[in-house]
Amino acid sequence: MIGGRLERSAISGVLVREIVNFSSFWKSTTFSSTVQPTIYLLAFGFGFGSLVSQVAGYDYVDFVATGTVATGVLFASVFPAMFGVFVKYQFQRTYDAILAAPVDVEELATAETLWIATRAGVYGSVPILVGIIFGLDPAWGMLTIPFIGFIAGFGWGACGILIAAIVKSIDGFSYVSSAILTPLFLVAGTFFPLTQLPEWAQVLGKFNPLYHCVQLVRDASFGWSWPADLGHLAVLVGFGLVMWRLSIWRLAKRLID
Amino acid sequence: MSEDLAIRLRGVVKRYGTITAVDGFDLDVPEGTCVGLLGPNGAGKTTTMKMLTAQAIADEGELEVLGHVLPGDSKAARAKSGVVPQLDNLDVTLTVEQNLLVFAHLYRIGRHDRKAAIEWALALANLADRRDTRVDKLSGGMRRRLLIARALVHRPRLILLDEPTVGLDPQVRQELWALIDGLRSEGTSILMSTHYIEEAQRLADTVTIMSHGKEVASGPPAALVAEYAGTEAVEVYGPPARLTEVEAAARASGARTRRTGTSISILGNGHGLDGERRAANLEDVFVLLTGEEIS
Repeated sequence: MIGGRLERSAISGVLVREIVNFSSFWKSTTFSSTVQPTIYLLAFGFGFGSLVSQVAGYDYVDFVATGTVATGVLFASVFPAMFGVFVKYQFQRTYDAILAAPVDVEELATAETLWIATRAGVYGSVPILVGIIFGLDPAWGMLTIPFIGFIAGFGWGACGILIAAIVKSIDGFSYVSSAILTPLFLVAGTFFPLTQLPEWAQVLGKFNPLYHCVQLVRDASFGWSWPADLGHLAVLVGFGLVMWRLSIWRLAKRLID
Repeated sequence: MSEDLAIRLRGVVKRYGTITAVDGFDLDVPEGTCVGLLGPNGAGKTTTMKMLTAQAIADEGELEVLGHVLPGDSKAARAKSGVVPQLDNLDVTLTVEQNLLVFAHLYRIGRHDRKAAIEWALALANLADRRDTRVDKLSGGMRRRLLIARALVHRPRLILLDEPTVGLDPQVRQELWALIDGLRSEGTSILMSTHYIEEAQRLADTVTIMSHGKEVASGPPAALVAEYAGTEAVEVYGPPARLTEVEAAARASGARTRRTGTSISILGNGHGLDGERRAANLEDVFVLLTGEEIS
């Protein structure tokens, strides 16, 4: 029976397309998704690390290594989602072809988000591996980091799809990147604790999903903090669900006349 | 439900703001036939095609595809249909075979049948020896053939062809016509939008002429020509002043005329006027009915 909502075969069909396509460009994507956060880690960890030995009770290199996971997740999710989705519907007309098959917008957006989240989970874990090479102590909790990256990447991936479905031209991404994503990226506790910021910025930071990703990764690495970590997880799941539904709604408006 | 119709549209209206792209349009595509949707750019052909895959939602009217009511049951209809778009939307960094593999998954062909389906589509489109070639290395004609193969990989009962040969050279166009004609012979229902008169005349069992979102005539090509343009037309060549003179004389005798650049055509067997005789054609019908030249 064809015609239900969120059919597994429709979602897997779109995922197969993504995986087959990925086989043709995985090297460049892997290079940029791993080298970029690694450079951040090395530059901040060893650059600032030589000036600041400890932050919030952790060695600065360890602090940044765990924080850079969130950067890796963001870079591997929101940006590929924004550019990839925009190019696919505006220039390549890929979605016209997919929607002519038995796939609806809800399934299309869900599959795209799942694929981006998977990549974000994998690529987001790279800074931890680099951190371990440079002295970060391995911990069992670190095994959960790909899953944390997946959940955060799901929200940011859906957010990227939402942005791509809203902007009228590809130049619109410059505004989003400068005015929204860069502040979120900086006010997440990645490179310095939020407690160093003015109180209003600390309050705003708590609304930043990236901050909750950073906190979860840090606690996974240095020791869980219950029930605070459940709160962080709830924020990421909530962010993902809201963005997922919004992205479907907006993409449908863009793709269906 | 209309069991014997692959497509049934009644009173379909589609508006974009203040523009009415499709305006009370009716269409029947009987199972196993090829229907040509003929009209100039902006006539509403592509919008109609998009409504048939629920990529545009009608504001008014009834749409049925293969017995499924749209847009609610569109997904089931799409599973049994194939679409060849006007604009090439192949995955250009993938090979020919990978493109077909992706759509074999999207059209839910079972794992055990997938390989055979791809081989069949490759053979149909004469692309078996190009299976490992990246799409961006293919010629325009090969890409069009791959688009058709992609739309057919799941052996649909209905195929929607939106300007299937636009922009192709005459030789490639002939190849594609042979391919489409083969599909029709095998009983696949076809709806083909085109603004090429010859394409509609050669391939379509029935032609629906569309203008400003409406049907202006519908029937077998030969019957339309006979009804609206007669059997012959007389073509008169000459300087503009001479053409104006002939036009006035023809109209005075009740003949219908059409200007064709450097000549004037007098339809309805020429009404006794001198000139070069030729068979009346579908283009004469189109111009008479819509007042528009086909570009």
